[in-house]
Amino acid sequence: MNVEIESILELVRGALPDVVISLRKNPGPSGQHSLLVEASSLVDVCRFLRDQLEFDLLSNVTGIDWPEPAKADKVAVDETEGAVSPEEGFLEVVYHLFSTTKRVGPLVLRCRTADRRESARVPSVVSVYRSAEFQEREIFDLFGVNFTGHPDLRRILMWDEFVDHPMRKDYVAPDDYEYEPTPHDAVLEKAKRHYPAQS
Amino acid sequence: MISDPSMFSSAPTLEGSDEDQLLRVSLGPQHPSTHGVFRMNVVLDGETVVSLKPVFGYLHRNHEKIAENATYLSSMPYTDRLDYICPLTNNWAYALSVEKLAGIEMPERAEYMRVILAELTRLINHTAFMGFILGDMGAWGSALMYAFREREKILDLFEDLTGARMMANFMRFGGCRNDLPTGWAEKVSAIVNGYGPFLDEMEKFLVGNEILLSRCQDVGQLPKETLINGGITGPMLRAAGVNYDIRKADPYGIYDRFQFRIPLGEKGDCYDRIMIRFLEMRESLKILRQALDQLPEGDYIHPKAKIRGFKAPVGEAYARIEGPKGELGFHLISDGTTNPYRYRVRPPSFINLTLLEDMCLGLDLADVVIILGSIDIVLGEVDR
Amino acid sequence: MAIDPKLADELKSQGVHVTSFEQLINWGRSSSLWPLQFGLACCAIEMIAATMAKYDMARFGAEVFRPSPRQADLMLVAGTVTKKMAPQVVRLYNQMAEPKYVIAMGACAISGGPFKDGYNVLKGIDRYIPVDIVIPGCPPRPEALLEGLLKLREKIANEKLLGKNRARHADPNGAASFPVPEYGPHDLNPPVNREVWNPPTIVREAGGGDA
Repeated sequence: MNVEIESILELVRGALPDVVISLRKNPGPSGQHSLLVEASSLVDVCRFLRDQLEFDLLSNVTGIDWPEPAKADKVAVDETEGAVSPEEGFLEVVYHLFSTTKRVGPLVLRCRTADRRESARVPSVVSVYRSAEFQEREIFDLFGVNFTGHPDLRRILMWDEFVDHPMRKDYVAPDDYEYEPTPHDAVLEKAKRHYPAQS
Repeated sequence: MISDPSMFSSAPTLEGSDEDQLLRVSLGPQHPSTHGVFRMNVVLDGETVVSLKPVFGYLHRNHEKIAENATYLSSMPYTDRLDYICPLTNNWAYALSVEKLAGIEMPERAEYMRVILAELTRLINHTAFMGFILGDMGAWGSALMYAFREREKILDLFEDLTGARMMANFMRFGGCRNDLPTGWAEKVSAIVNGYGPFLDEMEKFLVGNEILLSRCQDVGQLPKETLINGGITGPMLRAAGVNYDIRKADPYGIYDRFQFRIPLGEKGDCYDRIMIRFLEMRESLKILRQALDQLPEGDYIHPKAKIRGFKAPVGEAYARIEGPKGELGFHLISDGTTNPYRYRVRPPSFINLTLLEDMCLGLDLADVVIILGSIDIVLGEVDR
Repeated sequence: MAIDPKLADELKSQGVHVTSFEQLINWGRSSSLWPLQFGLACCAIEMIAATMAKYDMARFGAEVFRPSPRQADLMLVAGTVTKKMAPQVVRLYNQMAEPKYVIAMGACAISGGPFKDGYNVLKGIDRYIPVDIVIPGCPPRPEALLEGLLKLREKIANEKLLGKNRARHADPNGAASFPVPEYGPHDLNPPVNREVWNPPTIVREAGGGDA
């Protein structure tokens, strides 16, 4: 059952007047619109949704890398007048919430970081939803988003000595293409660098 | 890296444990009971678990990055390899999320075919689970022989239909890859009718079994609210008494046309988790009988389904199914090109492991193995 | 000194078997290989299916899967070897006692398989340890695994234990353990073991070459 996102937005704004939260429309056929929450208000909104509106199951936490902000606003469209995309690329964390008692979902929340470098920070929702524990560690490992307040933030899928964040769009994998029996397209380009120089 | 003590939590979590007398054991990644390359750093006080930290990533095959550089259709074979014991349900979850993303509809016959294949997959998954957990308890392959005997019959059916025993790669966006061969539905009926006696035989061995009762009862239970808050879904949640099955709570496909019940447990300990899977297998047999009776003629794929050069409209979608291990979801973001911008798998096994430490604290090391077996993890899904 | 086959048959009909030490030892080794219980990924499920009642592996002597590497002599690398797992695989190989054999089962263990373009996937376990038999497939059918096992038995039966071309395990200068790679900041360190893996250079034109 799809959620009535406008009514939920009004309830949240009514109960927590200080939070910064806005509606973002999904242009595709799925009809899953989302709420963009400011980082400082995220934990309060989550607590309100869990306690008052019975959204007790945090099903999924996704990390996304947006080096081009304009693309992000094509996927989560801001329909207010004069909306403008931020200039710098950012990382985004998307939460999918469900209610087991009222059988509604998914309620989609989004939270964006300030940039893709030092200020890539989002508060951790582990204190509200325990299921975010491993998923936030994975986003830290693969994207580099620092979750403030997470009890045990360290790498989960890659080894501890690894320094890169592999799922970012500008990650360059190590070059081990010296033996490629049947390369084509992009792999052929990488394999050509290992071919002996034409004399 | 193995001798790095900071990997083990230094503060004991149980009162009364002396720091010097704690034993640090690293279970895995090569261990007969870890169901794949999974590692647990366990700190023991005698035999009692003081802390348990799982270590993942030994099978991290960067499935999500490959999907970003590949078209939508070429990710379909990779979804087989996520949860490799039940490949067809992974295919369905991915096809469902792409269909939601692009607004594609399905013909009736294709829906029925998908339900039949998914319920057969649920049967083989729960049968293999039974074999594996009994192997963990020390039955060393006897139960596994029975389980695989039945599993092979169903894998033969899959091979007739899709060409491959395990990695079927059968679902497409808008239907299935090809139609059912003649006589296939009759073979499924024969298997379904023969499955009931097999389950009776297994239940006769296992339901009142002294070893199962003494090792599995009152081991590893947690209160319902903790489980929901921890994101646990699937048979583990229903064994604790929470009535949440996505086939009834948020129906996808044509599940609202079938009469079946959702078995619920009482305590949520390992014994309930094992028995609930037997009951779920019986419900799957009911669904299969109804689906085979109602199977209509028609197209196996939408006539206007675009297979090559498929481009999804800009947007995002999250779709989920009730997989045999829990809620399997796919979150897709499309920027209008042939490749997804972001492809995310919501893995049930990974999230069901969130509460592993809570379930094992204060119990013996032998119970850790049983609890891990009862969560029913598959490393292909945990690490993707 | 070779044995005349006709004389050997004549003696066998009288109940006297004549053979050489090499044949006897190789027959014993090949008929009772003990695999290490070591499945990594999807191929492990087909490996388990090969040991079950339908494709019985027990009739070829390889039924006893040992959990400890000290007691095993065949390592069936079944599944994708990731860079995080590679040091453990090499360590397990080092802990096995000679003579030891490796079968790389499945496309992932041979060359990285469908996950080749990965930041965490090792392109084949033969980059660090010597592999005796490869079984292609994704996953290979249980019958393919049985055929690979039979080919390994043939290979063991034809091994020389003395002389110039003797097997690695019979050679006192042959390596029994290989250096374990370490985790580096971007990749494993070293990324490949040059003494074990020296592939030929293949130059392909655009379009994937001929035929």
